[in-house]
Amino acid sequence: MTPDAGAPPAVTDLPRDTVVGYLRQMMLIRKFEEKAGEAYSLGRVGGFCHLYIGQEAVAVGTMAALGPEDWITASYREHGHALARGVSARAIMAELYGKATGSSKGKGGSMHIFDASLRFMGGHGIVGSHIPLAAGMAFAARYRKTNAVSVCFFGEAAMNIGAFHEALNMAALWKLPAIFICENNGYGMGTALARASSILDLSRRAYSYDMAADVVDGQDVFAVKAAVDQAVDRARTESRPTLLEMKTYRYVGHSMSDAAHGTYRTREEVEEYRQRDPIRLLADALRAADLLDSAALEALVADVAAEVEDAITFAEDSPDPDERELHTDVYAEPR
Amino acid sequence: MATKIVMEALSPTMEEGRLVEWKRQEGDTVAEGDVIAEVETDKAVMELVARASGTLLRHVVAAGATVPVAEVVGYIGEPGEEIDAPAPKKQAKEKAPAAAKAKEEGEKEAEAREKKPEETKATVSTGDATGSGARVKASPLARKMAAERGLTLGTLTGSGPEGRIVKRDVESARAPEAPAGPPADAGSGPRFEDQPLSQIRKTIARRLAQSIGPIPTFYLTADVDMERAAEARAALNDSLGDRGRISFNDILLKALASALVQHPACNAWWQDDHIRLWHEVHLGMAVAIPDGLITPVIRHADRKGLLTLSAEARDIATRARARKLAPEEYTGSTFSISNLGMFDIDHFTAIINPPEAGILAVGRIAATPTVVDGAIVPRRRMRMTMSCDHRVIDGATGAGFLRTLTRMLENPLALVL
Amino acid sequence: MAIMTYRDALNQALREEMARDPDVFLMGEEVAEYDGAYKVSRGLLKEFGPARVVDTPIAELGFTGIGVGAAMAGLRPVIEFMTWNFALLAIDQIVNSAAKMHYMSGGQVQCPIVFRGPGGSALQLAAQHSQAFESWYAHIPGLVVVMPATPADAKGLLKSAIRSDDPVVFIEGEMLYNQKGEVPDEEYLTPLGVAEVKRSGTDVTLVCHSKSVSVALKAADQLAEEDIAAEVLDLRTITPLDREAILASVARTNRAVVVEEGWSFAGVGAQVVDLIQREGFDLLDAPVLRVTGADVPMPYNKFLERAAKIDPAGVVAAAKQVLYLS
Repeated sequence: MTPDAGAPPAVTDLPRDTVVGYLRQMMLIRKFEEKAGEAYSLGRVGGFCHLYIGQEAVAVGTMAALGPEDWITASYREHGHALARGVSARAIMAELYGKATGSSKGKGGSMHIFDASLRFMGGHGIVGSHIPLAAGMAFAARYRKTNAVSVCFFGEAAMNIGAFHEALNMAALWKLPAIFICENNGYGMGTALARASSILDLSRRAYSYDMAADVVDGQDVFAVKAAVDQAVDRARTESRPTLLEMKTYRYVGHSMSDAAHGTYRTREEVEEYRQRDPIRLLADALRAADLLDSAALEALVADVAAEVEDAITFAEDSPDPDERELHTDVYAEPR
Repeated sequence: MATKIVMEALSPTMEEGRLVEWKRQEGDTVAEGDVIAEVETDKAVMELVARASGTLLRHVVAAGATVPVAEVVGYIGEPGEEIDAPAPKKQAKEKAPAAAKAKEEGEKEAEAREKKPEETKATVSTGDATGSGARVKASPLARKMAAERGLTLGTLTGSGPEGRIVKRDVESARAPEAPAGPPADAGSGPRFEDQPLSQIRKTIARRLAQSIGPIPTFYLTADVDMERAAEARAALNDSLGDRGRISFNDILLKALASALVQHPACNAWWQDDHIRLWHEVHLGMAVAIPDGLITPVIRHADRKGLLTLSAEARDIATRARARKLAPEEYTGSTFSISNLGMFDIDHFTAIINPPEAGILAVGRIAATPTVVDGAIVPRRRMRMTMSCDHRVIDGATGAGFLRTLTRMLENPLALVL
Repeated sequence: MAIMTYRDALNQALREEMARDPDVFLMGEEVAEYDGAYKVSRGLLKEFGPARVVDTPIAELGFTGIGVGAAMAGLRPVIEFMTWNFALLAIDQIVNSAAKMHYMSGGQVQCPIVFRGPGGSALQLAAQHSQAFESWYAHIPGLVVVMPATPADAKGLLKSAIRSDDPVVFIEGEMLYNQKGEVPDEEYLTPLGVAEVKRSGTDVTLVCHSKSVSVALKAADQLAEEDIAAEVLDLRTITPLDREAILASVARTNRAVVVEEGWSFAGVGAQVVDLIQREGFDLLDAPVLRVTGADVPMPYNKFLERAAKIDPAGVVAAAKQVLYLS
């Protein structure tokens, strides 16, 4: 995969606050992930920790197209999606720290961020296993005759899993209001797409199910939003699912324990992709349209840094879960 | 080569037999067909005859042992012939463990394979009894039960695999302090003896229970002339004045306790795999209470005088009606009495209170035309009915007891003896 | 009381719960137009329509995940596996999704779903279609595992399972569908997690569940002919295990034999034995024995198959062994 050296994103006719809001969210995610990585390196965050750096426009552009009634599921690389959906940086960071104040009370960790009140239905740790879950939420939305759609984020490697095919087949067969978002960052862990998939044009997989599909520049928040807007409309009005392939790139390793480059890709490749950094692209576009000056950008930088710093302090200061919490929540009913 | 004497199936249904008595001793010369032992089967006592001629070399089991069919009980062979079989249990216990071990090691493999649980048991007992430090194998339950009963595991014989002491072994073991002889002091713990069930007793118990429910009950009724008891009661109450008042029920309690002492077979508990014969009398006395019935117990009724019995009966009945009894005051009776005379009931039968083997139901005392010396005269009479658990009490046993009781009531002076 | 088959009792439970709660729906292979591979869902399509009785492609992983997702969104799906052998394709969704959702969301997301279908061996279906998987699911915290042995329990337990807010693995006995029994006429629920004494006895406890209950009852009949009173304790729910009922029964009998259709290694019986030795050590007069299926893939040949399965004779022999009668 090579970066598409196309034109910078066009600033649409969205209100300035909205557009600057996208930028701020993407910057927040970037800063959050950087600090999460730092905390991981310091041993404050344990287990696996998968960072979203480089892919921010996909989560932010998608969430911008959704309403509060819609369902969201994601893979284990979901801190950014949770932030974009509105889960507080405090609750997510505290969850990474395993603290009682975390979004899952410290029982889920980095891979299992949930906020049922926002219908953010989890990060899921088994590749592809949440794709049928998302189809199930779409099934429930249609069953109850609501207008909700169900959106699922997964990496391109999940498309080689049986669950993907079974879920997409049934979603198309039953006309479920689902949007399947493939974030094609080029690598399934350390395996390049070409070494894992028989086809490289991943959106063509949708043809097997007679499902609508689109290929989207995942570094362009406006392109993402526009594509999702269309898919949401298809789901709400026609109750038909869509597969969207978002072309994107992660600058960091698969997880914190993997190198960003070296064994399976070169430093040069990573640097090349950084030239089309989604945050820089958006900031440049805003500047070019006179919607953002240096002072405002600096203010944003300081603002998100403060928010993440506050989240770190909150997580550091929060208590570990009480030992009695070990046995709670195993069952919903007392057993 | 010695010939084995085995426990033979002497009845079609026999699975085990009790070797009642050896009719020939070790060293005796026996001829094929000679009676060498008596065996009690599930039906009767039968004779075990020699299947070979020669010298009776060894009793492998001692008299009294219960042995499964086909198991070796002894050997016949040439005088002085070596046989590879352990001696009877009793002897084995006296042997030094080292000798026993050496002997075991010397056993041929073929013989070792023939080793029966009975023999293994003996080996385990040997080790423990001589304090060789061998671990006594016992099931957790058996350990707990033995501890509760104050039994030393090493004194028990295990009937489980490899001599493991199991529940049934503890249950059939006698409490160490239970004296078999004359009654000891009241303070030395409960006095009773547990009687192993004979084969015929087991068969009776099983068959009768099948026919009539869990407790195969039969009933014996006696019609008692209470004239002299009434006279005695009047005289006693006259002489007592303010010091108390004796009721017919008190006299009944006294007579019943005395009769039970003379008939311990009726003062007994059915214990499923044995019968417990009590050497002390604890009388249960049925008392009607507002919402049912309770049977408070007069302990050691056989050792108490009429006045004490009277006072205790009244006290315990009053407290029973007030529901003021402690649990130990209504459990542990060895025989019970239910008296509905005060309700003008002529005659009834009472339900046995298990594990007791009998209960006496007493009706009212009423003037009844009676032939005395050829003339019809009114006499105060009373009918009483004893319910008997047939697994414990046979007809004649119960009748003997009831006759004693009747005589005591008709000659109340005898109670003074 | 009506006499009905285990199959019809399950059908009644589904019908009553679907009528009671519009969030309850049935999904699986051939449940709708074909009326169910084993006819458990007979008539439901006609009564409730295709939105609530949903035929799926042969795609266990997919439709199970869809069921779990629907449960996360608040519906109460009943997912039918044509047999539990095929659920192996879906076990990721049962174990990694359904069982853990409530815990790893810190109690935010419930998963009220029933996975049901026939388990155990039938007749000459050979290795891939004759398996007992209850111990696999019982191993997983977060799952409730239910295995009814009688029509009455099948109905009462399925109704409770559907109303449960937790994921329930409900394994029916493939050989029990035609078994008839009394089912109360009035509505009732059989509580989850409560075992039942199917026959009282004082000499030995036979712990069993599902199809092994009938094996144990037959063994108890045979033992009774020899004056041995066996108590037959039907677990009904494997997890949560009714510890009190097991220990109370062993307290009465001092001996136990655990009977199950499945393989021995780490089976349900192993857990029962562990409980008894740990919490009932002083109750025991003999080691607890287990009677299980042979540790082999199920053979096709009917004589070999019979040899691989549990039978009353094996239970009788084990009971006598713990009674020191053999």
